[in-house]
Amino acid sequence: MPKTATSTKKVSAKAGLNGSAAKTTQSVKANGSSADDGSYFDLELAKAEYAARRDSQLRSIKTIDKKLLREMLYQMVLGRRFEEKCAEVYRMGKIGGFCHLYIGQEAIAIGSMMALEPSDMVITAYRDHVQAMVKGLSPESVLAELYGKEGGCVKGKGGSMHMFSQEHQFYGGHGIVGGQIGVGTGLGYAAKYKATGQVVLCFFGEAAVNQGIFHESLNMAQLWKLPVIYICENNHYGMGTSQERAMSIRNIAKKAESYGMANEFVDGMDVMAVREATLRAIDRARNESMPTLLEVRAYRYMGHSMSDPGNYRTRDEIARYQERDPILLFKDTLKAAKVLSDKEFDKIEQEAAAAVERAVEFAENSPYPSESELLTDVLV
Amino acid sequence: MAVLTIRDALNEALREEILRDENVFVMGEEVAEYDGAYKVTRGLWKEFGDKRVVDTPITELGFAAVGVGAAMAGLRPVIEFMTWNFSILASDQIINHAAKMLYMSGGQFKVPIVFRGPNGSAFQVSSQHSQALEAFYANFPGLKVVMPSTAADAKGLLKSSIRDDNPVIFLEQERMYGLKGEVPEGDDFIIPLGLADIKREGTDCTIVARSMTVPLALQAAEKIQAEFDVSVEVVDPRTIKPLDIDTIVGSVQKTNRLVIAEESHEFASVGAEITYQVMDRAFDHLDAPIKRVSTAETPMPYAKNLEAAALPSVEKIIAAVKDVCYL
Ligand SMILES: Cc1ncc(C[n+]2csc(CCOP(=O)(O)OP(=O)(O)O)c2C)c(N)n1
Ligand SMILES: [Mg+2]
Repeated sequence: MPKTATSTKKVSAKAGLNGSAAKTTQSVKANGSSADDGSYFDLELAKAEYAARRDSQLRSIKTIDKKLLREMLYQMVLGRRFEEKCAEVYRMGKIGGFCHLYIGQEAIAIGSMMALEPSDMVITAYRDHVQAMVKGLSPESVLAELYGKEGGCVKGKGGSMHMFSQEHQFYGGHGIVGGQIGVGTGLGYAAKYKATGQVVLCFFGEAAVNQGIFHESLNMAQLWKLPVIYICENNHYGMGTSQERAMSIRNIAKKAESYGMANEFVDGMDVMAVREATLRAIDRARNESMPTLLEVRAYRYMGHSMSDPGNYRTRDEIARYQERDPILLFKDTLKAAKVLSDKEFDKIEQEAAAAVERAVEFAENSPYPSESELLTDVLV
Repeated sequence: MAVLTIRDALNEALREEILRDENVFVMGEEVAEYDGAYKVTRGLWKEFGDKRVVDTPITELGFAAVGVGAAMAGLRPVIEFMTWNFSILASDQIINHAAKMLYMSGGQFKVPIVFRGPNGSAFQVSSQHSQALEAFYANFPGLKVVMPSTAADAKGLLKSSIRDDNPVIFLEQERMYGLKGEVPEGDDFIIPLGLADIKREGTDCTIVARSMTVPLALQAAEKIQAEFDVSVEVVDPRTIKPLDIDTIVGSVQKTNRLVIAEESHEFASVGAEITYQVMDRAFDHLDAPIKRVSTAETPMPYAKNLEAAALPSVEKIIAAVKDVCYL
């Protein structure tokens, strides 16, 4: 059974370029809890654990800057409304190709990325719209990219799966399952080599863990002490295949232990839990140059992509996860802690709706890329 | 004859071969319970169960390897890549292992395996999902490479590929899965590998096309006939390796002009190989330099207008035919 992130011990490893891994590495226990006892996906348990940590969470929230909390909620709401708009305009034929929506997983991107410094690096897979926006790309440039327009963040060349921005240290949007895990490891290698102090957040789905590159990367990152935080977004499905049907054990966090890597299991519906776990991992990466694997469990409400009929799960299952909707949970917490009121929630909704409308207007009015763009950017 | 989509023709071929030979099984991502990402394996898992139709984790290198080992030990795996783009992860098993096994073992271990799935572009799926890999695989001795363009060819060639004792790269096209065509009845219908098919007879110019460019070439031929009264012959090699160069050369000897239409990039392409072989065998029969229509030398862009500009089209094929006919 999953334990809360807060129960995890801190690692005592020391950074060091040539330090012996054996001596300085000590893995954080994967809350061993998450044993293969079949109750791993037990929602009641997640609720109970949430309830158990609620008091301390409410206390600690009062110590956090109110502006930051408001911005976190705003980004979650914006991400949700943006993706809903994508679904709407996709059905109108404005967006082509594959389009993977993030609805239900917002607490992961917001909880983890808003604990970063702006210069830190982020890389993810094809479900990348919300990560891109949280990293600072404008909703305009993301939606225009989805429209395949010149004003898109990569000039219409990449589309839904391939958002990038060097300015914002957003290293993409990648379409080959698992590929970015290795590339993210290389980003960490460069940060350490140049001693920039940057850390890397490297996102991937639970199904990507079955690719060899996940294992190759974790081994290298631990061996070479790279400042990479591997965030496995466990939404239970890789396309139509549930995790149980594709993975011999259920506890993904625990896999880090075969490499001696620090790891935690995190409730991905609780944005504050994600934030706290990420802060611990950032501390380890920034101050000790050591990697961490976080398994963050959430749920994807929509189909795998816009063309997925979703016959592999029931409406009932989706509804049960939606009871713990990350935005609802966070609002509830903010209200209970008297940080934000209903009136402020309404204001946030209005701001998000307006931002989405501005993005639509921009994307609609942006021209198609000029044909001369076809042959540019192939080589430098 | 029954009229089937290419998708259903492939499905029939798989079904008949699973029934015919107990060593045949289908393995890949989402092939079983989900009925296939593009529904080529629809209904097979329900009918044949877990032993013959196997869902895998997302682990291309791993399940390609399981296929190679199983084939060495006497099974006849059909390994589906959700798309051929993902085969690049498995290319070590295909090229270093499957293609070399017979030779390295001095003829002892054959690898009767089929790797199949959609190749080439789809609908705005961008750079990492829009690659035509026939030239890449055809470059390695030890592999056969097959590319059907009609429902009948899809069925007949897939059945031959499954029965073949060599590793076969079987390249479908997502844009073509819904195309319909007549397919001969009967589970003994097969098309031998290595035989080209003349899809349209003509006298003035030959177009060699494969997979997605075959329907484009046929449309181009009709328009050219109507507009310029030029009679175009369309030759579909169907198997890239071994290549039926005799049929291509025979056509060029008749028409004296050649256009090659292909979805891959042109540099070091199958079209480049055909150009060389025609030059070698029929140089004196050519009345004009050979022209090629290929995908632009760039990763595939997402934007609709750029994607269209990158890909071969009826218009580009017509322009090439006009060039070689000096029209
Ligand atoms: C190498 C490779 N194999 C297969 C695919 C097709 N594919 C795209 S996403 C996906 C499922 C991935 O699931 P997961 O890693 O859990 O991420 P999620 O989509 O749930 O965010 C598959 C099979 C691919 N893009 N790349
Ligand atoms: Mg998943």
